Amino acid sequence: MPIEIPKDKWPGSVRKVTIGATAAEGGTRAKTVTVGGQTTLPYMQFEAPTPHTPVVAIEIKSRKPEDWSLLLAETWGEAMGDPAQWAKKAEEAGADLLVLALTLEDTPDDAVKAVKSVLGATGLPLVVWGPGQAEKDNELLVPVAEATKGEKIVLGLCEDKNYRTIVATAMANDHLVQARTPMDVNLSKQLNILISDMGLPAERILMDPTTGALGYGMEYGFSVMERLRLAALQGDAMTQLPMIVTPGFEAWKAKESKVGEGVPEAWGDWAARAIHWETVTATALVESGADIVVLRHPESVKRVKEAIAELMVTA
Amino acid sequence: MALSGIQIYKLLPQTNCKECGFPTCLAFAMKLAAKQVELSACPYVSEESKKQLAESASPPIRLVTLKAGTEVKAGNEVVMFRHEKTFYNKPGLFVRVKASDGGIAAKVAAADKYTVNYVGMDFTIDGFAVAADGGDFAAAVKAVRGASKRPLILIGDAATLPAGLEACSGETPLIYAADGSNWEAMADLAVKYKAALAVKGESLDELADLTQKIQAKGVEDMVLDPSAGSGQGLGGWLALSTQIRRLALKANFRPLGYPVIAFPGDAGDPAKESVYAAQAISKYAGFVVLDTFTPELAYALLVLRENIYTDPQKPIQVQPGVYEINNPTADAPALVTTNFSITYFSVANEVEGSGLPAWLVVTDAEGMSVLTAWAAGKFDAERIAKAVKEFDVASKVNKKRIVLPGHVAVLSGELEEELPDWEIRVGPREAVDLPAFMKQAL
Repeated sequence: MPIEIPKDKWPGSVRKVTIGATAAEGGTRAKTVTVGGQTTLPYMQFEAPTPHTPVVAIEIKSRKPEDWSLLLAETWGEAMGDPAQWAKKAEEAGADLLVLALTLEDTPDDAVKAVKSVLGATGLPLVVWGPGQAEKDNELLVPVAEATKGEKIVLGLCEDKNYRTIVATAMANDHLVQARTPMDVNLSKQLNILISDMGLPAERILMDPTTGALGYGMEYGFSVMERLRLAALQGDAMTQLPMIVTPGFEAWKAKESKVGEGVPEAWGDWAARAIHWETVTATALVESGADIVVLRHPESVKRVKEAIAELMVTA
Repeated sequence: MALSGIQIYKLLPQTNCKECGFPTCLAFAMKLAAKQVELSACPYVSEESKKQLAESASPPIRLVTLKAGTEVKAGNEVVMFRHEKTFYNKPGLFVRVKASDGGIAAKVAAADKYTVNYVGMDFTIDGFAVAADGGDFAAAVKAVRGASKRPLILIGDAATLPAGLEACSGETPLIYAADGSNWEAMADLAVKYKAALAVKGESLDELADLTQKIQAKGVEDMVLDPSAGSGQGLGGWLALSTQIRRLALKANFRPLGYPVIAFPGDAGDPAKESVYAAQAISKYAGFVVLDTFTPELAYALLVLRENIYTDPQKPIQVQPGVYEINNPTADAPALVTTNFSITYFSVANEVEGSGLPAWLVVTDAEGMSVLTAWAAGKFDAERIAKAVKEFDVASKVNKKRIVLPGHVAVLSGELEEELPDWEIRVGPREAVDLPAFMKQAL
């Protein structure tokens, strides 16, 4: 007698979220990226097909970062000093979309210029992060949002300390937000509720539950994502959003990736280890339900994209 | 599937004879369900009931133990997601060598002696797989044995395997693999050499059919390889691995209630191998056999395994207190952090690496990291002040000054109120920036 495969049937599903707008849709992007729409746990293709392929974003910065690992500096080279060039190289490296991180040194004019130059250099959809200090985020992200009205950019990081201004400008200028909370299911839900209460449609929210790097709390992010996705499928509306996470940022701040000297011999080859650190962190998070992973190194991008492509194959 | 007290009661004699020491059969059944007594306390239970009760007591995924100089265990898992309880037996990490390869002893010796320290724990790989691919198999197994005492997986067919099994007699290796064409001979070998047996099938139906036939020949310890047929590639393997786990746990389907083995090296490319291995560790493998051994890959996978198999209810904590780093004197600064092990080790490693002396004040934040603890109200001005007083930091330093993690800069005002005669400084957000901060700002 053939075995009956236990299949989960869920009442809920993840919302579809589209990033970027083409000329016909009021923007200038060559293509848009749609994520979400799942009706089952990640890659359970025998239950239901995964409607939209999870994607990989590459993180670039508005000015040359001084604190990035030498390995990244070697890889991106001169392009790191020019966001437009960096964006082009990131597109060549296989990015499905870009994350442009603004810095504390940027003036509002600098920020707008950097964002416009990136939009001009590639046709990829864009996520723009403020430097991470609430006041400075507001100071930079509002003019950026206004100058790119209709592009359907994702504005981040939208946290409980700064969500009001960012959500308001996203609403006024037809953008999306990346809602970040510190590795906790209830905090995620709560921020999504606060943002929705302001009137931003859920189709314009990406949820960022935060992750740690491999060895630095990755398992918390992993389990929070599994729990959020289970809650979404069980029908909890305020968790039914696609998830974006930043394994690149986390992995490259770990000592394992960042430095090559003064570390134990058992850590092995620095360059190979750094790629493993980013790739293994990202792979585990993709398995736990990430819809967008933000990476930094082209080799990791290649490996994670191949992994996602294999996971999308239906048996 | 565990039976309830009432279900167990129905299998008992129901005579209330009290010889078991309990007043009624129902009371005894309840104790049995709670696993507080042994069934053997009942002198009158029927053989049929004994069998049924034994079956209900056995775990849904069989525990398979490979033994040599060391042991590795897989199976006995009870949940699909680690947050539901925890994952128990970390997948064994094996390195495969081939009998036809030159330099087996050197390759095995390098992997065998590999040790890496992660947050105070030493990790190693668990064993070796030896493939009979031509060449002298017995000599190959002996070469591995000469270099390592760890458990073995022997890969070959019914004709080649006996030579290898003879070379490691007295151990409990895993034999790989029985399939539709050779299962009888392989089962005979497993029985004869008291080995565990891996089973390979094109589909779950075939796998289940094989394990039942093999069990009937007397083999109890089996391991499943779902990588044939639709199990090729990451997506197919994930689906089958998940289905096997679900059938075992949710449907109590005994024929697939065994640990799963993965061969990431079969992807044929070291870059892919690392990704395949990461999936296998995250999604239910009991044994993972690598073809590539490099320290950097072993380190990443061993840490991943530790992370996934950490009990989510018990974050690894360090004891709150004041820790000395680089032999601090009274002039050294006092730095505050939480007692989450990873937080502690990040901070301690950075400061240690800088060579700068410091007092590290580890606050009881219930094992949470700085931001998580702060969000949960477990790392606030009150708790920090309490730690500073309780651990008598004032007696250790000349200057009453403490440095807060940058992520909780917001606490500095309240902390000034809690510790009025102390100078409160805000340090960097990330541990990695501490040495620079200590050199420039302290």
